[in-house]
Amino acid sequence: MDRLAGDSSSFKLPLQHSFMATTATTESLEVRVKRLEQEKAALEQEVRALRLEQSIALASAPAGGARAQKQQEQQQQQCANTNGGAATNDLTASSAFAPFEKVAALTNPEIARYGRQLILPGFGIQAQMDLRNCSMLVVGAGGLGASCALYLGAAGVGRLGIVDHDTVDISNLHRQVIHNEARQGMSKARSAALSVQLLNPHCEVIVHELVLESSNAQEIINAYDIVIDATDNVATRYLLNDASVLGQKPLVSGSALRLDGQLTIYNYRGGPCYRCLFPTPPPSETVTNCSDGGVLGVVPGIIGCLQALEAIKIATGLNKEDPPTMTLFSANSSTMFRTIKLRKRKAECIMCGDSPTITKLIDYVRFCGSSATDKTPDLFLIPFNERITCQSYNEVLKGRVPHLLLDVREKVQFDICSLPSSLNIPLKALPNELEKVKASLEGQPDRPVYVVCRRGNDSQPAVRILQENGITTGEVKDMVGGLERWSNTIDPDFPKY
Amino acid sequence: MSQSDTTLRIELQFSGGMELLFDNQKTIHAKVPALFPVDVSTENKHAATIRDLISWTANNLLKERPELFIGVDGSVRSGILVLVNGADWELEGELEYELEDRDEIVFISTLHGG
Repeated sequence: MDRLAGDSSSFKLPLQHSFMATTATTESLEVRVKRLEQEKAALEQEVRALRLEQSIALASAPAGGARAQKQQEQQQQQCANTNGGAATNDLTASSAFAPFEKVAALTNPEIARYGRQLILPGFGIQAQMDLRNCSMLVVGAGGLGASCALYLGAAGVGRLGIVDHDTVDISNLHRQVIHNEARQGMSKARSAALSVQLLNPHCEVIVHELVLESSNAQEIINAYDIVIDATDNVATRYLLNDASVLGQKPLVSGSALRLDGQLTIYNYRGGPCYRCLFPTPPPSETVTNCSDGGVLGVVPGIIGCLQALEAIKIATGLNKEDPPTMTLFSANSSTMFRTIKLRKRKAECIMCGDSPTITKLIDYVRFCGSSATDKTPDLFLIPFNERITCQSYNEVLKGRVPHLLLDVREKVQFDICSLPSSLNIPLKALPNELEKVKASLEGQPDRPVYVVCRRGNDSQPAVRILQENGITTGEVKDMVGGLERWSNTIDPDFPKY
Repeated sequence: MSQSDTTLRIELQFSGGMELLFDNQKTIHAKVPALFPVDVSTENKHAATIRDLISWTANNLLKERPELFIGVDGSVRSGILVLVNGADWELEGELEYELEDRDEIVFISTLHGG
């Protein structure tokens, strides 16, 4: 022992190993070397995963002044140095246009990872190989894309592209479980890609931080085998449909709102395209987004899982030659799932029919009359001089000027928060409840009425209704920017949702 | 004529947000006239079609905002899919499908959120 202790420490390990090797006669040196190499590879993998997590924590840490900034840069530098320049956490290095390398066999770590799928009758090594050699594009890293991308990455898809232009917001996290609290403000495409990489480093993830539009969609879609529509707006749904038809890609389309979800595969095996079913886009005022209509977080999660499942079935040939269907999910129905038979491809469809008239991508924002995001646009129905700013209304409150504050939000929103002594009559009910408004003027026919809603949109038609019915001889104005702006500019303690 | 000859029992279902236009009812068991138009003499009537059902539903059951239900040419607005007994109405003749007693007609608004 003294002799060993006197040696330089760097010799200890090799000595111990050679000692053990000479005594362990049951294993050849060759086997031991191989096993150690495997252990080394596994450790390296773990180090890469930890580095990745570390880089995320650094990238999204709130900047706390110049000193913190500098410290952060130093840490990142250290992180990059110790990483030996490995490309694992440099997601932008991967390009959808670099050739996708297909393989003839799975590696042992892959076999260990996918074992439960490999022993699944009807799936097995062939289906796993099909997945490995397949590339898929998930458009949208929101509620649908979150579960979809995670499961596709975990299942062993060889190359997974993720498109999103938006950044992570705290109000996303109840449903977009691929992101997390620390990644607020980070690009959703990047955050989703990091999560998939952390889950399964064998999946090559490609980040597309952009708004998919006519100028870039075709090139991107052509680079993949299967397209997954996990978007949140009508314009992008038509764009994806047309680009998928032109690029001859199956399109796995999902959508969700409130407690309902829908799932369809378009442009696949003689089935319809989106335009066969819906030749003209819905009027934009009939379209509700999650931000205005609400959505139970698990609902898009369920539909995203179904999309991942259908994409896997297409990639592996697991799906039978069923006629085209649409699956409807309704969380509070007695039958939660319902599958309906759909028409086949329409011969007269202008997109996928026998003589299509659309042969390249068009202007989808114009075609749909709505923007390619799910953000609620500001309405400008009434002139500014018939509106009141948050600041001016605050003066009215401070000066104790007698008035009526009418809140036209739905009751479910009013119950979350409201301004003191406001009267709640939802816009929809207003025409039938004008008497209630009159009664609230307390016999003062010239009392001013101020109308408020969440963002200053619904309050505008409400003003018109009140004016047309001569509710008061005093002024009728609505609050610009609504309660959201009230919270931003006057009372930071007033909750936003 | 007995009651069953003059009306058809139709189960109407609304989903994807359509139910909000019908007082939040997801299912309505309706008694729909078997012959249309209702206000002309018998020899000028025809058997009820989905086209008739749509306007009858709008006039008798719809609670609000008809523009979110009715479209052009007596059809539903774009973005609504109609199912006849569980199948896309395109497979059944769309607007001209003749209703039968105990048919199930579903109106689904397509969703776009995600």
